[in-house]
Amino acid sequence: MEKITPNTPAEKMTIAGNIYEAGNSLEFKTGDWRSQKPVFLSEKCKQCGLCFPVCPDDAIPVNKEQKREDFNYDYCKGCGVCAKVCPFGAIEMK
Amino acid sequence: MSIRERLSGNEAAAIAMKQINPDVVAAFPITPSTEIPQYFSTFVSNGAVDTEFVAVESEHSAMSACIGAEAAGARAMTATSANGLSLMWEMIYIASSMRLPIVMSLVNRAVSGPLNIHNDHSDAYGARDAGWIMLFSENNQEAYDNLIMAHRIAEHKDVQLPLMVCQDGFITSHSIENIELIEDEKVKEFVGKYEPEHYLLNDKEPMAMGPLDVQPYLFEHKYQQANAMKNAKNVILEVSKDFEKMTGRKYSFFEEYKMEDAEIVVVCMNSTAGTTKFVVDTLRENGIKAGLLKIRMYRPFPAEEIAKALSKAKAVAILDKADSVSGAGGALFTDVTSGMYINGIKVPAVNYIYGIGGRDTTSYDIEGVYKDLQEIVKTGKTENPYRYFGVRREK
Repeated sequence: MEKITPNTPAEKMTIAGNIYEAGNSLEFKTGDWRSQKPVFLSEKCKQCGLCFPVCPDDAIPVNKEQKREDFNYDYCKGCGVCAKVCPFGAIEMK
Repeated sequence: MSIRERLSGNEAAAIAMKQINPDVVAAFPITPSTEIPQYFSTFVSNGAVDTEFVAVESEHSAMSACIGAEAAGARAMTATSANGLSLMWEMIYIASSMRLPIVMSLVNRAVSGPLNIHNDHSDAYGARDAGWIMLFSENNQEAYDNLIMAHRIAEHKDVQLPLMVCQDGFITSHSIENIELIEDEKVKEFVGKYEPEHYLLNDKEPMAMGPLDVQPYLFEHKYQQANAMKNAKNVILEVSKDFEKMTGRKYSFFEEYKMEDAEIVVVCMNSTAGTTKFVVDTLRENGIKAGLLKIRMYRPFPAEEIAKALSKAKAVAILDKADSVSGAGGALFTDVTSGMYINGIKVPAVNYIYGIGGRDTTSYDIEGVYKDLQEIVKTGKTENPYRYFGVRREK
């Protein structure tokens, strides 16, 4: 499917905004909706694993060692759920 | 050989649906269209159709189910009236903007309140900007014929828009008339199989429909929709031509009844056209050059063609079976007159609001309109173009 951008003329756009591809929500970066930003304080983190399952936007990456890494701000909307569940104060909303 | 029958307008619509045999019918009963899904559900129970009948809990869900079915790649139909259409409101815009060729029978009824279940065109007029193709039907035969043609028009690749077939509640929906039905096999062949290019249940092409359409995109999609509506004009002519080859019954954007030399012309839609034809015949017997222009295709609106058809008239009356409550005339009046203006046709034109809430429209009423037109021709004056007939007023 040809990429549709804000410069694509109407004649070249798919009808009704249909997207003939799967898995394309990754292309829609929603991080700029954020008004508050979670900050990861790695020195306080015990890697308990409570934060990433509650993230509605899958914006807390987990590596192969099952350890969480810093936030993916491309998708984090700043809801603050992760900061709320963290028992160790390792996530601060700013 | 075609089948001669006598059916009510609702029966005719239900039989058309039976012959079309759609994949899904989702409907909620509302007077006066109730009988359509009621008859249809018996066809489902008797195994006369293969349709999945969804007995929903509201019209909002009826239209939503049709949208889901069409998006999945199925052919979906529904029927409703007045407040039922009002409850569909959100979804009728979504159906058209998602470009889903759903076909609906709209049995026209006054939108409440105060509560009234009888015929006028306020339901259809309310939906005129919703992006649906709208065909109007004078009688049972036309309600049936329009439905048989509907899918071919709506599903055409240059169109892909939903379509509603209107007929007058009770006046035609509950009146039994002679009708000529087409054989089942011929209908099946004429309507054809629905083969959408893209659909949700196609496992070879995973797709998303109806995504968030922000500022850089919605305008272009609406422009596409407007173009599709313009394209529908040619498609309606093509399909009507094919239909004529099969049945001998001729359809176009509108019907011109004794218009060749007509000096005074009435423009109207649905069953009032039948009454008007009778009046035209009577007037013609007395040497009065009366004519009728009956609109079949209200959306897309054939502005240029109507203007041309009215260009030789000396006075025109446009009848609206619903008021726009704009203080300046009904919807058909403003559509017709703006079409005339933009195409440079300057013929005196007046508007009549009539028949609201099922008020009877008699031949005497229509005669009165033609009499007014004669007066306009004589005096050259069109004072008060926004008029009523049939409403009780203080003398």
